[in-house]
Amino acid sequence: MTGTGVARLAGVGLRYGDTVALDAIDLDIPSACMVGLIGPDGVGKSSLMALVAGVRVIQQGTVETLGGDMGSRAHREAVCPRIAYMPQGLGKNLYMTLSVFENVDFFGRLFGQSSDERATRIAELLDSTGLTPFRDRPAGKLSGGMKQKLGLCCALIHDPDLLILDEPTTGVDPLSRRQFWQLIDRMRARRPGMSVLVSSAYMAEAERFDWLVAMDDGRVLATGSPADLLARTGTTDLDAAFIELLPPDKRRGHAALVVPPRVVQGDGPAIVAEGLTMQFGDFTAVDHVDFEIGRGEIFGFLGSNGCGKTTTMKMLTGLLPPTSGRALLFGHEVDAGDLDTRRRVGFMTQGFSLYGELSVRQNLVLHAQLFHLPAADVAPRVQEMVDRFGLAGYVDAQAAGLPLGIRQRLSLAVAVIHKPEMLILDEPTSGVDPVARDGFWRLLIDLSRKDGVTIFVSTHFMNEGERCDRISLMHAGRVLASGSPAALIAERHAASLEDAFIACLEEATGEADRPAAAAGEAVAARAAGTERRAFSLMRLFAYARREWLEVVRDPVRLTFALLGSVILVLILGYGISMDVEDLKFAVLDRDQSPESRAYVENMAGSRYFLEQPPLAGSAELDQRMKAGELSVALEIPPDFGRDLRRGQAVEIGVWVDGAMPFRAETTLGYVQGLHADFLQQAARRQVGAVQEAPARLDMRYRYNQDFKSVYAMVPAVIPLLLTFIPAILMAVGVVREKELGSITNLYATPVTRLEFLLGKQLPYIGVSMISFYGLVALAVYVFGVPLKGSLVTLSLAALIFVTTTTGIGLLMSSFARTQIAALAATAVVTMLATVTFSGLTHPVSSLEGAGRTIGTFFPATYFLNISRGLFTKALGLREVYMDFLAMLAFVPVLTLLSVLLLKKQER
Amino acid sequence: MKVRLLNAWRLGMKELLSLWNDKVLLIMIVWAFSGGIYTASTATSQELHNAPIAIVDEDQSVLSSRIAGSFYGPYFKPPDMITESQVDAGLDAGIYTFVLNIPPDFERDVLAGQQPVIQVNIDAMRVSQAFIGAGYIQNIVLGEVGEFVQHRRSEAAAPITLAPTVMFNPNMTSSWFGSVMEIINNVTMLSVILTGAALIREREHGTLEHLLVMPLGAFEIMLAKVWSMALVVWIAVGLSLYFVVGRVLDVPIAGSIPLFMAGTLVQLLATTSLGIFIGTLSRNMPQLGLMMILVVLPLELLSGGMTPRESMPEAVQNIMLFAPTTHFVSLAQAVLYRGAGLDVVWPSLLAMAAIAAAFFVASLLMFRRSIAAQG
Repeated sequence: MTGTGVARLAGVGLRYGDTVALDAIDLDIPSACMVGLIGPDGVGKSSLMALVAGVRVIQQGTVETLGGDMGSRAHREAVCPRIAYMPQGLGKNLYMTLSVFENVDFFGRLFGQSSDERATRIAELLDSTGLTPFRDRPAGKLSGGMKQKLGLCCALIHDPDLLILDEPTTGVDPLSRRQFWQLIDRMRARRPGMSVLVSSAYMAEAERFDWLVAMDDGRVLATGSPADLLARTGTTDLDAAFIELLPPDKRRGHAALVVPPRVVQGDGPAIVAEGLTMQFGDFTAVDHVDFEIGRGEIFGFLGSNGCGKTTTMKMLTGLLPPTSGRALLFGHEVDAGDLDTRRRVGFMTQGFSLYGELSVRQNLVLHAQLFHLPAADVAPRVQEMVDRFGLAGYVDAQAAGLPLGIRQRLSLAVAVIHKPEMLILDEPTSGVDPVARDGFWRLLIDLSRKDGVTIFVSTHFMNEGERCDRISLMHAGRVLASGSPAALIAERHAASLEDAFIACLEEATGEADRPAAAAGEAVAARAAGTERRAFSLMRLFAYARREWLEVVRDPVRLTFALLGSVILVLILGYGISMDVEDLKFAVLDRDQSPESRAYVENMAGSRYFLEQPPLAGSAELDQRMKAGELSVALEIPPDFGRDLRRGQAVEIGVWVDGAMPFRAETTLGYVQGLHADFLQQAARRQVGAVQEAPARLDMRYRYNQDFKSVYAMVPAVIPLLLTFIPAILMAVGVVREKELGSITNLYATPVTRLEFLLGKQLPYIGVSMISFYGLVALAVYVFGVPLKGSLVTLSLAALIFVTTTTGIGLLMSSFARTQIAALAATAVVTMLATVTFSGLTHPVSSLEGAGRTIGTFFPATYFLNISRGLFTKALGLREVYMDFLAMLAFVPVLTLLSVLLLKKQER
Repeated sequence: MKVRLLNAWRLGMKELLSLWNDKVLLIMIVWAFSGGIYTASTATSQELHNAPIAIVDEDQSVLSSRIAGSFYGPYFKPPDMITESQVDAGLDAGIYTFVLNIPPDFERDVLAGQQPVIQVNIDAMRVSQAFIGAGYIQNIVLGEVGEFVQHRRSEAAAPITLAPTVMFNPNMTSSWFGSVMEIINNVTMLSVILTGAALIREREHGTLEHLLVMPLGAFEIMLAKVWSMALVVWIAVGLSLYFVVGRVLDVPIAGSIPLFMAGTLVQLLATTSLGIFIGTLSRNMPQLGLMMILVVLPLELLSGGMTPRESMPEAVQNIMLFAPTTHFVSLAQAVLYRGAGLDVVWPSLLAMAAIAAAFFVASLLMFRRSIAAQG
């Protein structure tokens, strides 16, 4: 590594649509130290980190990381194994259904480590992070702090030279936070050459960084060590220093926050909880919690993620009925059906429950209307909220595109738009910058002190806890301690609330700060230069294995994948029938002679027709045909019998319902056949000699002598089902990663697009093959359709076919951004193409125009041929090899297209 | 009640805005009701159309070549003249549905009154084409032979003739049928997808619980989704019927479009409720997608829109009476093709309304329960 620094940015700009995220950034980031990016949300910290990591596409300027241009693909690929990137959000790059060990192991495989090496490293990492006891617990069931530690393990598995952590401690309780930083320190002590680039929302944490980059509005405000910045601004803490560094117009209006004393109001408590308990199965989320909150009081709930804060709040709002105990709001027991109480309460959920696809104004107006503000008040109230919460610049922006902090401001605005008497706020400020947070608290204090609004707030910021009138410290479903902040600190003889809380936690969990475990242990020596290969089966199988575990652990998805096709084949096999029978017919017999009755009987005797009550007249004929009650109507003219006896020509009127053309056609065929039959019989009876036809046709119905459509349909339904389900499972599988954020692992690890795609495809091919055998078994044993050809050949064809159909799913997933879009698009495309264009009911060669083209370029066409050929025609590979080749041709084309459309970097 | 309806109205407007912002879904809806219907109805042919045929002519006479020349479009593709040895391979590979074998000395035997036999090999796996085509071939061949013979023999006219009239669709044009059935399929599929997805989206983004802490009930939340998504599909159906089916495909619509649209509305109430129902059963989008296929596919295939109901097993027919699509298909066919009025279709409409109401109530109960159970 050169002495110049770990990364260098020159003239870097980045915009998302019209929003400028980064504006002409020039920055030299020193190596071998801990560099902190500080600043409010939405100022470009995450974007900058993503650029340095090579995860995002550079739009403007140059970014050099580890001595090379990140704009060059070759360099990116070369340095990728030396960089570790942990995206923002709890466990964003983890797989929730996989266990702790499996997650780390997956990353180890992606970096091409041998199983011995992985075992050593994982053991070491889990040990030093204290995760060893949770080795087999699914990542989704870890607390926030543990998820972040696990994320760190995954990032450190390959001994990176540059570790990039995007807000790793946001939303994590103080004890876990402290442990996290100690862990980083230990790692750095062991590998002094490692550079760490970290961003943080907690200014207090910034003090432990060696070098800081203060950012605002896409620009760099200042750089230097914490001491430098403090000296330069003449302040004593970084919060204040940062505010000093802001441009004057932003600083304006900011003053130190003072909480005026509370005036105690009468009227009894606003919220009372008595022995509130919530159990989910055998897990107690909230364990006998009691508290009482006075009117106008600001009551804080402090605790780590997953300690039961949110569950308690949900019970207070009536979202969850408590297992035992009770909650009272304004003296009334909480009742989910009580809409009036709801109108007196404002609620802000943790997930910033906003409609992301609506604009800021639309969100505000919607909520104002739902709370039934008088129409005339809506506009002024919305404007007031916009002004008060500084949303003016975003009024028409979509909520989903807003930076976290602003989204939360909007969320609060939405919660108070109806001027509630009580506010319940679930972690309202995590991830919000200090200026905005102070502004937010000023508003809360204002609401409490001036308007007498009762505020119940949960937080994991200690300095926010200090602003509350009273707080409860919560852990593992229990309240550890309650009281005013000052009293709690005094009680524990602690220096600060944070220390007091940590003391409480340690007491409760019996877990003292763990000494640096195995600190002296030698790091497994790494082979010089990680091996880089353009294509690695190991990485491919790492993805395949991971996907397989995920599918197998999602019982619903698995059941549908396997049983869904079986259920459908039963429905379709019995249901779709091209046999036309039981046609309803009625006769308008104007003759009523023995001859006319004989004619009708001839028809009624056929298995294809069902006689209905006779018709009385033309009007009834019309009416009953219109209602669809009759498929055929016959009109036998008067004097039919007499004319027939005299040998005069007679004409029978036949009306066929043409609404369903195929059925009409078949019906006509039947009627003509029966008619000819009748004539022959009549001729035989009367003349005694048959009018000989000059020639005869001998119809040989091959492959299906009984002419039953079940033999034709069942082998055709198999391709149909092997198209839908695999394609949809596959498409959703990839887009899911995009939606949940774990797609970052494709961007940030050495895995190539081809390995990623094929790896994800393999498990679905496997599942589809299992369901294929289920289908064949059903066809043979339940429907009694014998498999005349070879099962091996059919299996081979099915294997190629499901490879193409999962390939279609992959292709669809590269267009779609959301799971729902992937699903719908795949369903439409595959359903239409398979049902209508692949020869299910009509051979492709009979199709015309676009349908023919689609049919020709759709793999189901060929598999359908093979399936029918093998099932009913006893064909072998020699006869169907052309179809095999056609199907095989789809595989590379689909894969190549998917690879081209998939991006290795975020845009 | 007024308040609740107002709430439902506003929430529904929100759904519409959300949909407007989801361009992929929008494009899908537009395609499904325009290009999708066009391609589906023009390309497929339920009647005999371009059937692939081959002839083995071992006679090589005037008559045999006249027979060969009598197969032409649109029913048949121009026949391929092949040899005896190619017959099996051609049928096996699915190249031909029909192969005629005209024996040696066919013409001579016909004239000699010996009733020679033409062998017709039919790929019976293509059930519908095989059956209809066989009838055509019989008529065509016997017609040709008859005409050829007529010069030498005088024929007595058949005593009884049939005067067939195909009502409602005299030429049995399949695009008339296909286009409307495709609309019906889209109505079912899209309304289920849209509402189910709208519900799951709220659940996944945490906005559902947000709605529940507001002074709103399950009824309003569900009604909002039902009316808004039904409206979108309803308008799409109307436009599609007018422009694509009426103008582009030129399908003459016999009956009253308002009556059909009223039926569509009732159908939409049922299918959107079904969407909510599935939405409450599934936890996330992938689950929703799989469930949807399991529900929508049978609805489309077994309702009589693809194949005639009367040829399905009795049990299937009876079960499908509880599906709204069955009645909708029969209503659509009656109104649009046969020009039936309310006096004829009221039983279907009534059945649909009853099913829709039952679905709505069942979904509402399920939805309430799932909300109460959500943690």
